Amino acid sequence: MNSDLLAVEKLKKHFVTARGTVRAVDDVSFTAKEGETLGLVGESGSGKSTVAYTIIGLHAPTDGKITFGGQDMSTGVSKRSRALKRSMQIVFQDPGTSLNPRRTIEQILSLPLQVHGIGDRKGRRSSVIELLRRVELPADYLFKSPHMLGGGERQMVAIARALATDPRLVILDEPTSALDVSIQAKIINMLCGFQEEMNLTYLFITHDLSLMRNVASRVAIMYLGKIYELAPTEDFFERPLQPYTKMLLSSIPVVLPEEEAVKPSRIVSEGEIPSPVNVPPGCGFHTRCPEMEENCDADEPQLVEVQRGHFVRCHKCAEPVTAEIAGKE
Amino acid sequence: MVDHVLRIRDLQVEFKVYEGRLKVLNGVNMDVGLGARVGLVGEAGCGKTTTMRCVLGILQSPPGKITGGTIRFRDRDVLKMSQANLQKIRGGGISMIFQDPVAALNPVFTVGDQLTSVIRYAATKRMDKKEIKRRAIKALADVQLPDPDRMFTSYPVQLSGGMRQRVCIAMALATEPELMIADEPTTALDVTIQAQVLRLLNELVEERATSVIFITHSLGVVKEMADWVYVMYAGSIVEGAKKEILFERPMHPYTLGLMGALPKLTGGGMAEGIPGRIPDYLNPPTGCRFNPRCTQAMEVCAGNRPEFREVDPDHRVACVLYGGEADEQ
Repeated sequence: MNSDLLAVEKLKKHFVTARGTVRAVDDVSFTAKEGETLGLVGESGSGKSTVAYTIIGLHAPTDGKITFGGQDMSTGVSKRSRALKRSMQIVFQDPGTSLNPRRTIEQILSLPLQVHGIGDRKGRRSSVIELLRRVELPADYLFKSPHMLGGGERQMVAIARALATDPRLVILDEPTSALDVSIQAKIINMLCGFQEEMNLTYLFITHDLSLMRNVASRVAIMYLGKIYELAPTEDFFERPLQPYTKMLLSSIPVVLPEEEAVKPSRIVSEGEIPSPVNVPPGCGFHTRCPEMEENCDADEPQLVEVQRGHFVRCHKCAEPVTAEIAGKE
Repeated sequence: MVDHVLRIRDLQVEFKVYEGRLKVLNGVNMDVGLGARVGLVGEAGCGKTTTMRCVLGILQSPPGKITGGTIRFRDRDVLKMSQANLQKIRGGGISMIFQDPVAALNPVFTVGDQLTSVIRYAATKRMDKKEIKRRAIKALADVQLPDPDRMFTSYPVQLSGGMRQRVCIAMALATEPELMIADEPTTALDVTIQAQVLRLLNELVEERATSVIFITHSLGVVKEMADWVYVMYAGSIVEGAKKEILFERPMHPYTLGLMGALPKLTGGGMAEGIPGRIPDYLNPPTGCRFNPRCTQAMEVCAGNRPEFREVDPDHRVACVLYGGEADEQ
């Protein structure tokens, strides 16, 4: 088991606009193992949602390769087989806009069953009731429409819809950032339960690092369309290497003194994320980096494995350890 | 002798809607000392913004109606003030920063136009154009915006989210108010930008000894921004204490639930959320409004509203668990 379910290689997605080419995703590579939760973090404009949308097929990639369970699916969504589409689903950030307000919950939940020909017409209602039961909603919600539900309940419906086709990969695009913390905990626990039960693979996108710490098995951090650090969760939080990761971690407002102790010593946050139309030369982060050196604004660093499973894109932190790794590869 | 800038006592607000009357605020009690930094925490829909709208006299009426209580700004009753006097307060006495800097700035006027109009409006004596412009540019420099002269002639769309929020802060502080209300000023911003804006706000407030009410749903943010914290649930304040005391020894079951539901940066998996959801304001629960969701609820909780009383020095709680007879309603 534990083979790679999803592999993304040198993925690029550029958008041509009147103001220039937006390099939303620029050379992103990662893999996700069956049954794991890969966390994707980054500020707005870092390209994390574009990665998700390109994988699910909402955008066709400009360049690069996406493989799912050994099958190449770099082509646009229209060329993917129905079985392939069935095995990957997405939950969007805002359940207020991702559910059709003019449909009842029953219609919303039975649509994926119809599209993929799961069950017959008579059996569908009981399948939908079963879906509702799994997300702990009562059966009389069948006849409600989305606006009659609270934000948390709507997101449960969106999750039920994603589970309807019995997928292997579920992309969660900030599933709880529009919700209150007391509801967030419940939804996350439920998602973790489904993962265990159905051996789901999650690509979990969020900007909330505290949340990431508790749900992800590995975390990748994106900045200006590139991955800057990728590491197993514990490594990522306890031994962050990239200065950007450290800046992000030290910017999180936390409550407990124990949490305060985990944060890297205060790195003062400076500057703002540059426009992806004019990506700075060299390392994209050099404009804000407190540890910037001479060559940072000229040479672009590559993503290198500095420890087993810990990848970093940085001149400064990559060099001392690369020698050993180079020998291994 | 006035040692309080703002004193809210038993504030009650109702909204008349088609279905009936929404009893939104149910006895809000709050004190803001001179030069104090007060945090107001609560989840979406608990009445934080409604309370502040009452303070500024900008509650939409109808449908809103203040049905009881008093709000004293220094030694004057805000609720009994004439519109003309209220406008004077809104100009110079109390200012507000809103959550969404996109909606708070007019897109068709330059930053300079909007800033000068605020200064002109709040001026106690006649000022010539040059003086107003000089003050506006100084206000922009004070919030550490790069190149304030250019900012003065920029339109909001030309600025990033963090810069727009800085402009809003400049507008709020340009009139040298005694009390500044910041309503979730960093919720729409990325975490590194949030850290910058919080740092700036703290510096400015300290320098000017302005009293602040900082509204947020994030306990982590409140910990960085306030000396005194009030926790609000379903239209009333359930706990209020000095920051150190509140985070060390939270008492009200809702505060405890809220703290427990936060994902921790130290990991350890997700905690349980608070069961149930925020009550329906048409038919709110009797007695303590938290009782249907409370794990320690007793019979008496549904009977009378618990009094908001001092249980320890600098620590006030509205819960029967901590002694005191329930208040006759």
